[in-house]
Amino acid sequence: MAEFNNTNLADFSGVWVFCEQRQGKLQPTVLELISEARKLADDMGVEVCGLLLGGKGVGDSMAKELGAYGADKVLVCENDLLETYTTDAYAKVICDTVMDKKPEIMLIAATNIGRDLGPRCAARLHTGLTADCTHLDVDVEKYAAFLQEASTLPQAQIDALDRADRNLKMTRPAFGGHLMATIICPRFRPQMATVRPGVLKKGEYDEAKANAVVVEKIEAQLSDADIQTKVLEVVKEAKELVDLTGADVVVSVGRGISKDVETGIKLAEELAGLFGGVVGGSRAAIDSGWLTADHQVGQTGKTVHPKLYVALGISGAIQHKAGMQDSECIVAVNKSDSAPIFDVADYGICGDLFKVVPMMIEAIKAAQASK
Amino acid sequence: MKAIVCVKQVPDTSGKVAVNPDGTLNRASMETITNPDDLNAVEAALKLKDETGCKVVVVTMGPPPAEGMLRELIARGADEGVLVSAREFGGSDTFATSQILAAAVNKIGLEDDDIVFCGRQAIDGDTAQVGSQIAEKLHIPQISYAADIKKEGNTVTVKRMLEDGYMTIQCQTPCLLTCIKELNAPRYMSLGGIMDCYSKPVTVYDYNTLKDDPLIDPTTIGLKGSPTNIFKSFTPPQKGQGKMLEGADKATCETLAAELLKKHII
Amino acid sequence: MDFRLTKEEALFQKMCREFALNEVEPIAAEIDEQERYPEETVQKLMKYGLMGIQFPKEVGGSGGNYICYSIAIEEMSRVCGTTGGIMSAHGTLGAWPIYAFGTEEQKEKWLRPLIEPKEGAKIGAFGLTEPNAGTDSAAQQTVAVKQPDGSYIMNGTKVFITGGGRADTYVVFAMTDKTKGNKGISAFIVDKDDPGFSIGKIEHKMGIRGSQTAELIFEDVHLPADRLLGKENGGFKIAMMTLDGGRIGIASQALGIAQGALDKAIQYMKERVQFGKTLDKFQGLQWMVADMYTNIEAARLLVRRAAFNHDVGLPFTKEAAMAKLYASEVAMDVTTKCVQIYGGYGYIREYPMERMMRDAKITEIYEGTSQVQRMVIAGQVLR
Repeated sequence: MAEFNNTNLADFSGVWVFCEQRQGKLQPTVLELISEARKLADDMGVEVCGLLLGGKGVGDSMAKELGAYGADKVLVCENDLLETYTTDAYAKVICDTVMDKKPEIMLIAATNIGRDLGPRCAARLHTGLTADCTHLDVDVEKYAAFLQEASTLPQAQIDALDRADRNLKMTRPAFGGHLMATIICPRFRPQMATVRPGVLKKGEYDEAKANAVVVEKIEAQLSDADIQTKVLEVVKEAKELVDLTGADVVVSVGRGISKDVETGIKLAEELAGLFGGVVGGSRAAIDSGWLTADHQVGQTGKTVHPKLYVALGISGAIQHKAGMQDSECIVAVNKSDSAPIFDVADYGICGDLFKVVPMMIEAIKAAQASK
Repeated sequence: MKAIVCVKQVPDTSGKVAVNPDGTLNRASMETITNPDDLNAVEAALKLKDETGCKVVVVTMGPPPAEGMLRELIARGADEGVLVSAREFGGSDTFATSQILAAAVNKIGLEDDDIVFCGRQAIDGDTAQVGSQIAEKLHIPQISYAADIKKEGNTVTVKRMLEDGYMTIQCQTPCLLTCIKELNAPRYMSLGGIMDCYSKPVTVYDYNTLKDDPLIDPTTIGLKGSPTNIFKSFTPPQKGQGKMLEGADKATCETLAAELLKKHII
Repeated sequence: MDFRLTKEEALFQKMCREFALNEVEPIAAEIDEQERYPEETVQKLMKYGLMGIQFPKEVGGSGGNYICYSIAIEEMSRVCGTTGGIMSAHGTLGAWPIYAFGTEEQKEKWLRPLIEPKEGAKIGAFGLTEPNAGTDSAAQQTVAVKQPDGSYIMNGTKVFITGGGRADTYVVFAMTDKTKGNKGISAFIVDKDDPGFSIGKIEHKMGIRGSQTAELIFEDVHLPADRLLGKENGGFKIAMMTLDGGRIGIASQALGIAQGALDKAIQYMKERVQFGKTLDKFQGLQWMVADMYTNIEAARLLVRRAAFNHDVGLPFTKEAAMAKLYASEVAMDVTTKCVQIYGGYGYIREYPMERMMRDAKITEIYEGTSQVQRMVIAGQVLR
């Protein structure tokens, strides 16, 4: 390990993606990373390489799919000791391979496994790792365009960027999204990032590319003695219903569902279900006994700040707004165009929720499928 | 036997977050708190103390006022505190921070039956990296996202959460565990603990205390030793007044879906 | 002269605040609405030693001082007057007289279980008031007749007993010598399971509705000689000294209610928009806030001063009476004004303001009405 010199930047080339699989199933977010890696690699004029670790036969099924979304090559390491994820085994194989083949960039999905593995590898490789990135650029023109859209930086600062910079610019939210930071790793290679699942866009499946992918098998230098942990069992289970305050998406109902409470709640549940979200309610919905008290959003209920808050048939009294107005994105549906909820909504739709929500569900389903 | 808990003092981002015009955080105007996940780590250590009578040492890297946080954790039941504080350590990224904290753990002395506890991640940076990186520097096994912990002899069994389920993992001490909020409900300070907390030891480790550890080198700690640098920091555009979408039909909903897609909410 | 809390007291205040926000506030409205005793909160208070703050560790307490005790009641009352009231009645009225006047055996047997820091500890209460003996406590009609073997037989009725029905241990006052008026009253320790002792009517109250208030009925209750607290016929002094300390508790409760109401009103004023601006921009309301804030701060100084005197062994009868008189009247004034600031929202139960106003009222009445406080203060000043 001592002979691994990663400060000579010119020795490093290529964009790598760690292709996380669990029990032989590729994690869908890997394809987002491969697609993104393709764009970065094109900007840099280099190859995209997937790094796939697993038990016997894992490469056969997945390499083509990785190719289809942009991998030029897939390094496959099959070993019984890699069948189930362990930090030690995976970190050893990845670090050994990186030291041997010297990629310039290494992307890892910011799943629970990726965020366990990435730091261990970066620490061993003596390089930087940026956590949970939501945007990546190498090309400065593209980065400047991104800043124009997504920042409040003055134009002069954006114009002053060094156009020749070739570092990977890794952008991520900090302080609960109140600040954004772009991080670089200028002195060491590879430049490593974990990437938030679901943020980057998956490209188009390309059959020709799938067939053209090069598979290279690599041998793991791995023995039982390298693995300090023992996995006793792996249990899959549906995610338990999270509480309101921890939910990423909250769909709340108010007095507006009164003419058909059952359907109103069912629609809210269906809409929330599309995002793995939960259903909340205004004081009116709770007081009327339509939902139990633990569903109440508002000053006298829970304060929430999900990524998406949908208010259905809620007028938006101050008591309700106080509990949800800091949500990242607010969608409101209400019959009255003067409802105060529209003052805090990013997107307002004036209409009958019983008609609008089913159409909304369809449109969102379609949008999700298009990804 | 010891439980060593790495903790961090962070600005309370659950209230109003103040940002300076230059895009940096206005820390002076914000309350500081013990990082929430770290309280779960402390509680895990205190539970171990309840069961085994082991010693609990809380260690933090930060400016001198972080001592107040250590006193509070002692008032919850920890036995002693270590404040790692030096100008040379300032500006450290996760890599450099883990070098320093690992050196501090070495200085405290990591014994065969010890466990190092960390919170899953800190609410200021949300990186979730320092725990794993400390484990690597100490060459000990790590189990992250711990939702249940059992220790029998020197064997630790952990329920490790995944997005779609969990793993049950076993390892030997010494090891490092990162804790999530589902693990436990942190206890409050006790009045007795409060009365005693200012007479219990809080040791300051400065640069000289740690400089003989091979992990501590000008090229691996502080701003200069950090592999990553901040290239730009900025605030996202303020939320606009919001807009009413035209109509209430299929097209309206499609427009909405497209907007949500653009914002990565879908 | 130093007006600051010590480091330990400040940390304890922080702990109480966290406890209040996480454990007490979430159920404050519910226990009021349902008139439900917050047993789950009380168990947590016991676990953390908050039901025995001001008693030394040697007798089973938490080893804090009266300042800490006052802070704890204030912090709980900021979010829930009921909880503050329960802590006050238990600590100052139920436990303290046994601590101050009990024999070593009585302390071990009756006090320790009340103040030990553990779940399942016991609750204490105080029985002085009778239907015809309120402010005029010398008009006691409950009697305890001494038997040849030195034991007593108690008969009579007590009313408005805070914690009645829930408490395990009661300090009860009764005439042992009717001819002597005040000087014929004795104090006894009564166990909830003593034969002949029963709970009568549970009152429905205007405020602090979660703290159980009940009638105590004694029918030929046999009390062994070792239940006598202090000297025979020495009960009036015990009652008066107990109430002196109790007033610091009630003053702390009143202070907390006032502070809690103002905190909420200020927050509301920053959010509520009328005529295009938030309420905090209206000068008329700003002046109300300034007055309320000043009065609360003045009340706090009186409360802290009384607790300080208690801690260092200085006389505090007058100080406690002044603290209670002033803090309770401030609490009533502030909560009334805060309801006003909230307007219609202040009057409805959805918001906490009307509850705080109802809770505030009792602090002007129990453990000596404001009129009694003035009597006590005048008596001390004109002596």
